[in-house]
Amino acid sequence: MNSSGSGNPMVGSVLVVGGGIAGMQSALDLAEMGYYVYLVEKEPSIGGVMAQLDKTFPTNDCAM
Amino acid sequence: MSEVEEVSGQPGDFRVKVRRKARYIDLEKCTGCGECARVCPVSLKNDYDMGLSERRAAYRRYAQAVPGAFAIEKRGTSPCKATCPAHISVQGYVALAAQGRWREALELIKKDNPLPAICGRVCHHPCESACMRGKVDEPVAIDFIKRYIADLDLKAETRFVPEIKQKRDEKIAVIGSGPAGLTCAYYLAVEGYRVTVFEKLPVLGGMLTVGIPSYRLPRDIIEAEIQVIRDLGVEFKTGVEIGKDFTIGQLREQGYKAFFIGIGAHECKKLGIEGEDLQGVYPGVQYLREVNLGNRIFLGDRVAVVGGGNVAMDCVRTALRTGSKKPFIVYRRSLAEMPANEEEIEECREEGIEILTLTNPVRVIGENGRVKAIECVKMELGEPDASGRRRPVAVKGSNFVIEVDAVIAAIGQETDWACLTPECACSLSDWRTLKVDPVTLQSDDPDIFAGGDAVTGPATVIEAIAAGKEAAVSIHRYVRGEDLRRGREKRWEAVQNVPTEGYDRIPRERMPRLRPEERLGNFNEVQLGFTEEQVRREAQRCLDCGVCSECYRCVEACLAGAVVHDDADQVQELHVGAVILAPGFQPFDPSVYDTYGYMRLANVMTAMEFERLLSASGPTMGHVVRPSDHKEPKKIAWLQCVGSRDIHHCDHAYCSAVCCMYAIKEAVIAKEHAGRDLETTIFFMDMRTHGKDFENYYNRAQEEHGVRFIRSRVHSLEEVPGSGGDVEVHYVTEDGQVVSEVFDMVILSVGLQTPDEAKKLAERLQVKLNDDFFADHSSFDPVASSRPGVFVCGAFQGPKDIPQSVMEASAAAAAAGSLLGAARGTLVKEKEIPAQRNVYGEPPRIGVFVCHCGINISGVVDVRAVAEYAKTLPYVEYVTDNLYTCSQDTQEVMKKVIREHNLNRIVVAACTPRTHEPLFQETMADAGLNKYLFEMANIRNQDSWVHGMDPAMATEKAKDLVRMTVAKVALLEPLPEPELSVIRRALVVGGGVSGMTAALSLAAQGYPVDLVESGPELGGQALKLNSTWRGEDIQGYVKELSRRVSEHPQIRVHLNARLTQVEGFVGNFKSVIQNGGDPITVEHGIAVIATGGREYKPDEYLYGQDPRVLTHLELDEKLRADDPAIRQARSVVFIQCVGSREPQRPYCSRVCCTHTIHSALEIKRRNPDADVYVLYRDIRTYGERERIYQEARRAGVLFIRYSLEDKPVVAATDGALTVTVTDHILRRPVRLPADVVTLATAILPNADEALAQLFKVPLNEESFFVEAHAKLRPVDFATDGVFLCGLAHYPKPLDESIAQAQAAAARAATILARDRIRFPGTVARTNPFLCSACGTCVAICPYSAPRFNERGVAEINPALCKGCGLCVASCRSGAIQLQGFDDAQIFSMIDSL
Repeated sequence: MNSSGSGNPMVGSVLVVGGGIAGMQSALDLAEMGYYVYLVEKEPSIGGVMAQLDKTFPTNDCAM
Repeated sequence: MSEVEEVSGQPGDFRVKVRRKARYIDLEKCTGCGECARVCPVSLKNDYDMGLSERRAAYRRYAQAVPGAFAIEKRGTSPCKATCPAHISVQGYVALAAQGRWREALELIKKDNPLPAICGRVCHHPCESACMRGKVDEPVAIDFIKRYIADLDLKAETRFVPEIKQKRDEKIAVIGSGPAGLTCAYYLAVEGYRVTVFEKLPVLGGMLTVGIPSYRLPRDIIEAEIQVIRDLGVEFKTGVEIGKDFTIGQLREQGYKAFFIGIGAHECKKLGIEGEDLQGVYPGVQYLREVNLGNRIFLGDRVAVVGGGNVAMDCVRTALRTGSKKPFIVYRRSLAEMPANEEEIEECREEGIEILTLTNPVRVIGENGRVKAIECVKMELGEPDASGRRRPVAVKGSNFVIEVDAVIAAIGQETDWACLTPECACSLSDWRTLKVDPVTLQSDDPDIFAGGDAVTGPATVIEAIAAGKEAAVSIHRYVRGEDLRRGREKRWEAVQNVPTEGYDRIPRERMPRLRPEERLGNFNEVQLGFTEEQVRREAQRCLDCGVCSECYRCVEACLAGAVVHDDADQVQELHVGAVILAPGFQPFDPSVYDTYGYMRLANVMTAMEFERLLSASGPTMGHVVRPSDHKEPKKIAWLQCVGSRDIHHCDHAYCSAVCCMYAIKEAVIAKEHAGRDLETTIFFMDMRTHGKDFENYYNRAQEEHGVRFIRSRVHSLEEVPGSGGDVEVHYVTEDGQVVSEVFDMVILSVGLQTPDEAKKLAERLQVKLNDDFFADHSSFDPVASSRPGVFVCGAFQGPKDIPQSVMEASAAAAAAGSLLGAARGTLVKEKEIPAQRNVYGEPPRIGVFVCHCGINISGVVDVRAVAEYAKTLPYVEYVTDNLYTCSQDTQEVMKKVIREHNLNRIVVAACTPRTHEPLFQETMADAGLNKYLFEMANIRNQDSWVHGMDPAMATEKAKDLVRMTVAKVALLEPLPEPELSVIRRALVVGGGVSGMTAALSLAAQGYPVDLVESGPELGGQALKLNSTWRGEDIQGYVKELSRRVSEHPQIRVHLNARLTQVEGFVGNFKSVIQNGGDPITVEHGIAVIATGGREYKPDEYLYGQDPRVLTHLELDEKLRADDPAIRQARSVVFIQCVGSREPQRPYCSRVCCTHTIHSALEIKRRNPDADVYVLYRDIRTYGERERIYQEARRAGVLFIRYSLEDKPVVAATDGALTVTVTDHILRRPVRLPADVVTLATAILPNADEALAQLFKVPLNEESFFVEAHAKLRPVDFATDGVFLCGLAHYPKPLDESIAQAQAAAARAATILARDRIRFPGTVARTNPFLCSACGTCVAICPYSAPRFNERGVAEINPALCKGCGLCVASCRSGAIQLQGFDDAQIFSMIDSL
């Protein structure tokens, strides 16, 4: 897993493609883990499909 | 608004090209106020609402969107604008006209064309030829719309005269008052120059006046448009001939700084035939000029007009009006090649004018020096010439003679260049036009510019206008010494790919005209103009080709100056170590199914559409009505598996894994919205509620909410005639009966699929997709794509729900972190928080923000009244109300307000602090305030949501809540947040695949791990499994994983060990591991619980009594050993849901269906003749596992459904094992002989109450650990620093366990990555002077936070305190206060009530 021994320097940043719930979670975790994150989203705002949902089961929380 | 174009390089070191698409609104400047959208005239389907509502071209996806800035959607330049020589924003004024915004439309036109009333009559409108509506039916009548807009202004009391930008002293001379000169004068005047127009003729307007007859262009219209130019301060001098009365040299001496020559082409070209000099032969424009100047010339009855352009048409129609009985046209090409406007040709015909086409004059025959006849020759069309038109060729011997009284030659014009006296350095072309730079229109003489017919030869009005406008730009730059060319060589390209499908045919409006008989003998205007209704109808035919119409209203409306219409895409290169792909899914489009009539039946909609219908922010604001007649439905049906588990219509073999649950949810929520009497029915094949707590929800939906579930196959839907849209569902029940039932609405539970964009992305990035177009991956490395260093998660990896997506997302973060561990922290900076303002000693200055929450609050509570009320409360300095106080732009406003009004306490009256307090506290910190000087009044959950029936009372209650909160906030004090260092080591409990994966991931990220396993070896349950459902070898994998864990220098493995003691808190745990020898004490910052689960050993179905009855794992063992009992079995029966989905254990064990089918296939592989039966309740091969279910059916595995009420019976008689089950189709008991019976038994957690106690984490009723949030925090515990994965969370297959373990590692790493950790300030504090050291608090605290200090009084460790308040309530001395909730603060709230 750790290939830092292969000679090429590791870059401490990560590109996340997609700003839906998965992309946002990845980006937040990586940022808190100490990496610079670029989040690329095709729409003008993040949120993805989940932002279109009304409520989510089983707790019926507002998806927003 | 970006997309990845290319990724090159290698893991750890990638170069990425990202295209950031133009947003047309500056993110930094936009305040999200929405004014741009308010003024935007373009409506389009709102895809956020699944097309159920409309939005503007300037838009924000939804109110709480992040970022909160708007964007403008553009497809490109509309063809009308691109084609128009003056590039008027045609789509813009058409869009404004459609809404009756006439003045705005006129102002927009006048940005590019100062003569719209003229153009609206005589323009040859190339815009209409380019109009895409023409592809649907007929082009939009753009020119007539423009005419209406302009005429309205001419008739208005106050006409539109643009504001002069800045008065300037420089004088400019414009020579010629035709359209080019007038336009140039207009725009120079707007810039502030002193402009004089010199006109040779006694009248103004050039060809407009003397070339075009007044029945086409009335003189008062020309005069009216010139008047506006006069109003701008332009001086007009008629009857002045430059070159004769004055020379350009003299004007230079008089101080004119620049010249525009727009003198047109008023000299006629000659026919070049014999007899041209005879009396009665007139040059066309000269004839028109004479008539237009008021000289009535009668030419005789028979007049031959030679030519096919507009001048010819004007001549022939003028002749008719001046008394000629039979004027006619002679034109050498055919009608199709005629350059004149179509409508002029048409009007000619109406007026009875004959057009002789393919006819060319060869000689004018005279008598006594006067015209008598014209000799013509017939022509035919040959090869195309330079103009692209077919060249006419004379037909030999076809000559004929027509007797005429006059001949008018209208075959072209040229310019008289007498104005260019020798001091001018400009030169002429071979065609006797002035040579100018094509972009700047500057001649060889730097101060002389020119345009119009004088430059182009005879051309059109709009081209002259365009030239006049460009020349004005050049002159303005020239006078100021600027670069004339910069930014002007723009290539206008019309947008491609404008959809023209799906529009109804709407004919173009017809222009009302004077009747032909009314036209004779007068010059009255023929075209009468559209009515307002016609204009609006016509404007609404526009297809909005460019989407944004470029009407620029947003530019004017945006007070922040954020709109940037000339924004452009930018390609950026990024340098990254890893890539994570989460491009998501799109809902399946059911229009391919004829069965469901999705497009045909109004009340059939997709579940995503219904989701929007349920949403408070949706098209009906949460009011459930059906589309056909907006009636509230009484019966709604859901149809499952639309676009899933179907290879016939859509090639989606997989199960989408989420639809069963969302359908149930929608059914339950719909009943909440529409009332309990709403009947909800779900038509399904197998109910797949395999997630944690899903089965419970399913049961409650049936039992408590009365949702009806019908196991069936739907074969068609049709509308009930005359019902207003009711839908009849025809379906076949399990036992083959055909049944029909009528519903008000039908919802299609559409599946998930990978969008085309994501497929293309995968192709660009060389990431392999599988047959279902999901990212190809291994079960053992579920978030690794086929390309090293590129990770995948979410629905792009496979169809899945939110918790699973969130887990995988964290897992992908862990995988990237494992790769890049060495570079961690090299590119990040701590967020800088401004220093806190010291507010001690200041009187409270309270700001109150009252939220509408869209309509959530304001739909019930009178928010404005609450805000007004708040202003009257003590210490309140500032009050406002917001549509969404939580939106990003409001945060910016809040920061500004706090600073400007010097506020030191903030109240937000909105929703719940549980979700929104952190957001507002961050805003306060950014504004330099201590974040504890904040309170929320929950006027939504505690008010508008519960008092919907009584708005007046709810408003009063909101005031009460605000008053109480204001009273409390006034007493709040700033609280410090203690900081402690983090021990950067991990403890993992459980040495199965989950525990090992978590440990390895953390170790790879650089954190030492202690791994505690209760058994003698690593591996857990996986040691008993053979292969994954995809066929990957588990045994080999586990051995390799165990080896890597054992050998990893950063991992210390403790076997046969357990935890006996845990103390401390996040970042600072100290635990004791007991493994038989001396206890080992370890310090660690986080802990991961991966204690796993085990197989349930049943006491039914003869298990334990007959050796032929096995569990899954026992069968696996026999398969591993290639036991002859299995190899030779002729009949094998699997019984599903043994111990699962039963009253005593209601959950679904998630893996058993797949496990059974995988084993059944293995048995079939080894012995194809064996009969294999699966007795099931619902087959739950969710996601791509569905493939092996289909494979098993093809392989001849027999599936028989049973119900919980009628379970199979296993009996052993005379040594023979039989299973009796009631067949679901035959409805009769069937006896199956069985050599082997395999029980798909439940998965039980290794319930560890003691461990739960040690870490103070909860277990649910079934003894699975309870995560912090089922959807959004699936691997966290509510207790900070403790994480969860694997079977201890819920039954799950190996790949999901691995992903969850990686996720736990990622979440843990977010703590271990920090040096220090901050604790909240809202903790309990003891007053040592009041403490009587009774010890009650020490005993009662569930978190062991209080203890006695060296002085013998209780002291509370702020890092352990959760602020629950138990100690406060139990302290007999009143020595403990909970900070932020002290007695005085609470009493102030009560007192103010």
